[in-house]
Amino acid sequence: MKMDLIQPFIGSLDAVLAEMMQAPATIMDLSMEEEGYRKKGLAAEVVFKGQIEGRIVLDMEPSAAVKVAGCLTGDEVDPAEPIVPETVCELANMVIGNAVTQLNDRGFQFKVFPPSVLTSEQCAKAGQDSEATILRFETPCGNVYLNIAMKYHARRARERAPMAVS
Amino acid sequence: MRQFEPLTRKDHQPVRYLIVDDSVFARKSLAKMVESFGGELAGEAADGCTAITEYARVKPDIVLMDITMPQMEGIEAVERIVQEHPTARIVMVSSVGYQDNILAALQKGARHFVQKPVKPDALYEIIRYVLNDDGVTTPVGALGENSQ
Repeated sequence: MKMDLIQPFIGSLDAVLAEMMQAPATIMDLSMEEEGYRKKGLAAEVVFKGQIEGRIVLDMEPSAAVKVAGCLTGDEVDPAEPIVPETVCELANMVIGNAVTQLNDRGFQFKVFPPSVLTSEQCAKAGQDSEATILRFETPCGNVYLNIAMKYHARRARERAPMAVS
Repeated sequence: MRQFEPLTRKDHQPVRYLIVDDSVFARKSLAKMVESFGGELAGEAADGCTAITEYARVKPDIVLMDITMPQMEGIEAVERIVQEHPTARIVMVSSVGYQDNILAALQKGARHFVQKPVKPDALYEIIRYVLNDDGVTTPVGALGENSQ
């Protein structure tokens, strides 16, 4: 997987967590998914389609999700409250939204679909023609994982555009 | 959360907001922000269809509208609300901030755009701009000076 396509997701997650948690996120590990991804905590999935297609899974240790939800409400939040998985969904939405905005500025066209809570313990394995990368971020409130699976569906629009000849 | 100088209507009543987002988290977060601006939550909707009926029911001063939602997306909802209510003031609030989306929303009648995660200062300035643009509402006290 091209790092220049992953970088917007990393930058976006860092920025979103910094804004929502008021704390830094440090990337600790990067690995390739070999089997179906097994979630570590509360996870949400967002699908995107277009010239590059795929999905991201944002997976937060419950302590991290509770911290962000608590920042919003201004109170202590019980991990069982529905606002906690909602928080993970909205964070996933923000991360992918900001990342695809950056990629769109570089010529890629996307459509992003609403996030959904990942209820099963294990995700379906990324397709044969997809590559999935798992990033682990460390925050003061717990680990946050980002699983990015994408495949190249078409060449970048500007690469396909006719070249001007003088 | 920081308290802002209240934005009020010309009749000195609180500005009334309709918040449209499929995420409960986002709706709560925006509701807290507009309360800190001195506003009042007039209604909420989780999709574009409900936004249209809620707009007609509550007649808000400002709509904060997400783009990516199930059933009917925000841009289509903007088009339909503005068709029926040409003076509707709608601010798009979305994590997807690329040019095509912004342009489409503005062409359908949205007044402004703010990208998630929303910074309260930025949203406050945008709402003040949109309200003053119509000359319908004025902030209490001196314009351009936020209280801390």
